[in-house]
This record gives sequence, C-alpha cells and structure tokens, in this order.
Amino acid sequence: MELDTNTKDKIEKLIGENEVLLFMKGNPDFPMCGFSSVASTILKKCGVEFGHCNVLDDNDIREGIKAFSDWPTIPQLYVKKEFVGGCDIMKEMAESGELVELLNTRGIKTELS
Amino acid sequence: MPIEQNRLENILKEKFPNSKIIIEDLAGDNDHYSVFIESSLFNDLSKIKQHQLVYKSLDGLMDNELHAMQLKTKGTN
Repeated sequence: MELDTNTKDKIEKLIGENEVLLFMKGNPDFPMCGFSSVASTILKKCGVEFGHCNVLDDNDIREGIKAFSDWPTIPQLYVKKEFVGGCDIMKEMAESGELVELLNTRGIKTELS
Repeated sequence: MPIEQNRLENILKEKFPNSKIIIEDLAGDNDHYSVFIESSLFNDLSKIKQHQLVYKSLDGLMDNELHAMQLKTKGTN
C-alpha cells in the first residue's frame, strides 16, 4: 500500500494536534461501525478528552492510515503521536487497566485515574 | 466478500505451526470471525507486533475478503 507525502503530512498534522486521536468510521456520537463504536465507548468510559478523525470523510486518510500504522483496519488509536492499537488491543488494555495507565504516564488526565 | 472458515484456518495453521488456534464464525456468514492464537512466535513481542504478524500472515485478506476479525493473541512464555 502506497502512502503519498500529502496524506502522510495530513496524518502527521492530525496526530500532532491531538494528544489522543481516534481514527474511526463515523464520529463518537454516531459511529458507523461496531468496532469504531466499541473504541470510542472505551475512551468515553476512561473519561479522557479525545479527538477523532472520521475516515469515511477522507478516502486518502482511510487508506493512508493503514500504511502509516502498518495496520489494516479501522479504528486506530494514537496517543501523543504513538500508535496504541486497534479495537481488540484497546479492549484488552481497558480491561486490564493498562489503557488508563498508559494515558496517565503520558501525562493525559482521565476520570478513571 | 466472505472467506470460508476452512481456508482461514489452513492459512493460520500454516503460518503459525504448533500453535493453539481457535476460530469462531460469529455471525455464521463467513465474514465475522473471532480468532484466538497462542503461539511461541508471539513470545517477547508487543501486542501490536503480535497482531501485525497475524495480519501479515493473512497477506492482504484482512479488510478485503475478511471484513471483521476479533483477534486475541498470546505468547507461550
């Protein structure tokens, strides 16, 4: 999968501007896919402020983020420019408490901490 | 575009030999699977790397023929 410079710049700008950013289908209030819904619910439950990028609005990002992260599916979570994982990893990390821990060690406030 | 469970299982068994592999067809439509793999190949890899290894083994099937896969991976150590 090719990633053109334009798209790469766009993605880097997005993850630079949002400490916690979820690439998802739809938005947190109206997720357009079950996996994206689970992912945004997890973040809401952590009580963390997060930005989102609806990949359905931008096909370059929808395809580009897969190459960028070397990850074939959406949703994808970035924290402080670092790729954390997709829905399954987020679920496991939320259950074990690792997700809140990761957010807190990165200096991000959560209601659960 | 669905993928038959047998085919998915054969690919994973080939790429992850001597591993515990459990596949479940969640919706009975060959399109939504739950996959669990416990393999020594995952030892000392981060969760992201473990999942990336599985996606790579599927060689482009993911998100094309295979729409939805719940994935759980585990090392043996």
